[in-house]
Amino acid sequence: MNPALLAELLEARRGKETVVLATRLGDGAQVLLRPYGEHDGAGSAADGGWPVAEARRALEEDRSFVVETEAGDVFLRAYNPPVRLVLVGAVHIAQPLARLATEAGMDVLVVDPRSAWATPERFPGVHLVHAWPQDAIPGLGPDRRTGVVTLTHDPKVDDPALVAALNTPAFYIGALGSRGTHGKRLARLREEGFGDEALARIHGPVGLDIDARTPAEIAVSILAEVVAESRKPARRERA
Amino acid sequence: MHVNADEDVLAQAAAWRGGGHAVALATVIGTWGSAPRAAGSHMAICDTGAFVGSVSGGCVEGAVVHEAREIMESGEPKVLEYGVTDDMAWEVGLACGGRVSIYVEPVS
Repeated sequence: MNPALLAELLEARRGKETVVLATRLGDGAQVLLRPYGEHDGAGSAADGGWPVAEARRALEEDRSFVVETEAGDVFLRAYNPPVRLVLVGAVHIAQPLARLATEAGMDVLVVDPRSAWATPERFPGVHLVHAWPQDAIPGLGPDRRTGVVTLTHDPKVDDPALVAALNTPAFYIGALGSRGTHGKRLARLREEGFGDEALARIHGPVGLDIDARTPAEIAVSILAEVVAESRKPARRERA
Repeated sequence: MHVNADEDVLAQAAAWRGGGHAVALATVIGTWGSAPRAAGSHMAICDTGAFVGSVSGGCVEGAVVHEAREIMESGEPKVLEYGVTDDMAWEVGLACGGRVSIYVEPVS
């Protein structure tokens, strides 16, 4: 790889751009594709015989693979921006969850209107948003690579967060709370006008069932479920 | 700011290169059966023999480092294949029984 191209790739990653590094295996020719870019890439790259549509598929499935082209085999390395995880409630469980999710490469945000909870001391290096979730979440613009987890089990914080999340294409929505708590929560959301299909998007009780007890263990179970959900598009493709 | 593991590998490759070293980048381009690192996983190799990242569970990294040093000298990229059908399976094969295809290129 040309060092200038490596620098361009690193710059794109730091800027959280969505890019694909295309490498022609026969002669080592390389180009950085921006399949969603308005100005850069698509037109001229397609002219150069680079597989732009396949590059888009690699990004959508968050997978890297070799495709055959008229100019020979091309390896497409998809670089999506990190998965974003929005934690609602700067509670104890949010602390190990923020750490573990960061370690797994995710961008973590903690939303809590109570500034005494969402402090830099409790969440070093984590982006803290001191606002009510109904005000904060729409502004964050959750997309298909964003997960939202409510952790306060206080309906006046969690419910508006879930309502806001259900109105977005977030790939994961989880709500902490027992089966009983979750049942009551679903009943309240139903009164807000959400149907079965919408409510089925909420993972509750949150996380994989690993008999977690401590905050760190519960964080592991939630993170495991978030990872599993994030991989579903690629999994469907392999099946 | 947190950087994920593959980004660290690329950044390290750039840093070695910036320090005047010869550098190679190895990338998993395909896997068959069970393989511990998915396509796209990176490993950077410095001419000092130092390396970061991984392309398997530790099974073939030694062989890749060896090949990488030749590629730094020749300047020609190469596709390496490792798997149970490989002659060297016992020495550098994948204990998991999978097969992996790795693209190794000079950063130059």
